[in-house]
Amino acid sequence: MADPRYIAGKKPHPRERRMIFRNVDRSGWDASIATYRKDGGYRELKKALKMKPAAVTDEVKASGLRGRGGAGFPTGVKWGFIPPDNNKPIYLICNADESEPGTFKDRYIIHQDPHQLLEGILISSYAVGAKVAYIYIREEFPEGAVILERAIEEARTAKLLGKKILGTDFECEIYIHRGAGAYICGEETGLIESLEGKRPYPRIKPPYFPAVLGLYMCPTIVNNVESLCHVKHVMAMGGKKYAQLGTPRNTGTRILCVSGDVQKPGYFEIEVGKLTMGELIEDLCGGMKKGRKLKAVIPGGSSAKVLRAGETYTIRDGDKEKTIGLPDIPMDFDSLAACGSMAGSGGVIVMDDSRDMTWVLNNINTFYAHESCGQCTPCREGSLWMKKITDRMLSGGGVPSDVETLVSVGNNIAGRTICAFGEACAWPTQSFVAKFPEEFKKHTSRRNIGKALNPETKTASAGLGD
Amino acid sequence: MEVPKELEKEADDFICHYPQEEKGSASLPLLHLLQREFGYISDDAISWVAEKLGTEPIKILELVTFYPGFRQKAPGKYHIRVCRTLSCAMAGCHQTMEKICELAGIDRSNVSHHDPIAISTDGKFSIEFAECLASCGTGPVCLVGDDFHEEVKPENTEQLLQQYK
Ligand SMILES: Cc1cc2nc3c(=O)[nH]c(=O)nc-3n(C[C@H](O)[C@H](O)[C@H](O)COP(=O)(O)O)c2cc1C
Ligand code: SF4
Ligand code: FES
Repeated sequence: MADPRYIAGKKPHPRERRMIFRNVDRSGWDASIATYRKDGGYRELKKALKMKPAAVTDEVKASGLRGRGGAGFPTGVKWGFIPPDNNKPIYLICNADESEPGTFKDRYIIHQDPHQLLEGILISSYAVGAKVAYIYIREEFPEGAVILERAIEEARTAKLLGKKILGTDFECEIYIHRGAGAYICGEETGLIESLEGKRPYPRIKPPYFPAVLGLYMCPTIVNNVESLCHVKHVMAMGGKKYAQLGTPRNTGTRILCVSGDVQKPGYFEIEVGKLTMGELIEDLCGGMKKGRKLKAVIPGGSSAKVLRAGETYTIRDGDKEKTIGLPDIPMDFDSLAACGSMAGSGGVIVMDDSRDMTWVLNNINTFYAHESCGQCTPCREGSLWMKKITDRMLSGGGVPSDVETLVSVGNNIAGRTICAFGEACAWPTQSFVAKFPEEFKKHTSRRNIGKALNPETKTASAGLGD
Repeated sequence: MEVPKELEKEADDFICHYPQEEKGSASLPLLHLLQREFGYISDDAISWVAEKLGTEPIKILELVTFYPGFRQKAPGKYHIRVCRTLSCAMAGCHQTMEKICELAGIDRSNVSHHDPIAISTDGKFSIEFAECLASCGTGPVCLVGDDFHEEVKPENTEQLLQQYK
């Protein structure tokens, strides 16, 4: 089956700056190694192998590259955490779990440009000293796994994998490992447990920082698909030059995935911070649907705190402070953090004035209730209670005190759990209720008790089980 | 349960992807192989994997019960997973689900967290909700077996099902 969304020749928007997605939807392009090499593929690997591994890491440090998987942690710094006196094997894991709701970028790299990913993995493995790399790919990408498998075979035939890669002493194997449908396998320590053949129960940090005690208790670097692809471009441009893309501390390009109530949802690769939320929605996505107004945006995957249209934020501009509105927010890590949310995984979910915020939160709560791994009591019980409370608000069974109870459940999860899922599931509740209190009050007012508010709501909460 | 020779060979290849003393890592790959072959994970399959990897069946069972990707009973000939999460819900995935069930003759009134799959009366289709399938810009989306489908609006569901004979 062909890639479903492959639209050969679909032109990127003029405001985009495509590096990682250069070959996505490119006409005449295919996923084969021949096409990739004709286009200069694996040249950067050759370049890297002529350098010392530490020098490659230095370039990545100089580039300022920050992880694209969610936390935005500097990639070069992470690589530097491997203990210098280590004598155990070192592993590299490519996180291809792509399961944060609203995120759909790694999918296209895997389907349309798998060799770019393999080249990024090989360069990174060389830099950190890994002889084995695993690509942990979510089970719901069956076609992606086949494409990667094929790409690995091609690379092996071309002697880009195995021993004596490109005639040097560098050796490396890449294996695909398929997940089995659990969101928590995207969390790096849960992923490692899963790769070890266990339930994906995240490990507590400290002491289990993967770079020190990761897979099989050996130093392990976990990076997102997109992050690893950026490493190739850092090699191509040099770290300093790469750092000039984007804005200071928020360097390079990144892929934003927009879904929800816009005219043209889709993926856009932009220079980090060189575009505002308003431009993203109005120019790149063609604005809101006819006759509708912007109501809210979740800017970085479903875990990111919601932003409400009409709000203002104070952010730093050089050494001054300035006040801006939602459409003015630059799409970068630091600005979104300063506005009380996060850039996260790059998944932007846009909602218009037809949306009921209790319904939206209930959908998100249902996700987290289903996906909690169950290790920590506050998360396991709390995520379920947040779902149950919003369920009953929607079905007309809510009482006025529910609003307060809901928030207190959220407040008692964040900061009290083993992994960041705790925050991820609490932030939506905390932010939706704080920013749209009137909607939650409406559902629980005495007048509305016993009334399910709209038919759409009813279908939404029906049949989800508990 | 008869495990075909080629499948056992595939299993052995997978085991080689991990250090010799870490065979357990091959649990998920082996379970995937068996589910592909038999449609679901039976008790025999669990014992087979455990023996192959030199571990206790309970260690394999606890994986099967945790990961939503594994089933313990046979699905329909074609298994459908409809994305339920926010962007697809805003695009109308609940209506899509209803329409598919109506066309395929599936009753979802008894599904629950522990038993999420419903099967059509003729056994041809089975269905469940899945969480975000990472294609939120083209919702509602669904997987039928390994085939991915986008923009599956209620009015497109008839055409979707007709592709599966
Ligand atoms: C609940 C949870 C889910 C996550 N899911 C993903 C995911 O699907 N993909 C991903 O790359 N990172 C995910 N992460 C982030 C990873 O833990 C890790 O930070 C990331 O893979 C590191 O790569 P990076 O530094 O290149 O971003 C998740 C984190 C949490 C807490
Ligand atoms: S916070 Fe939730 S998902 Fe993370 S380890 Fe605890 S129970 Fe599991
Ligand atoms: S919400 Fe359906 S694919 Fe992401």
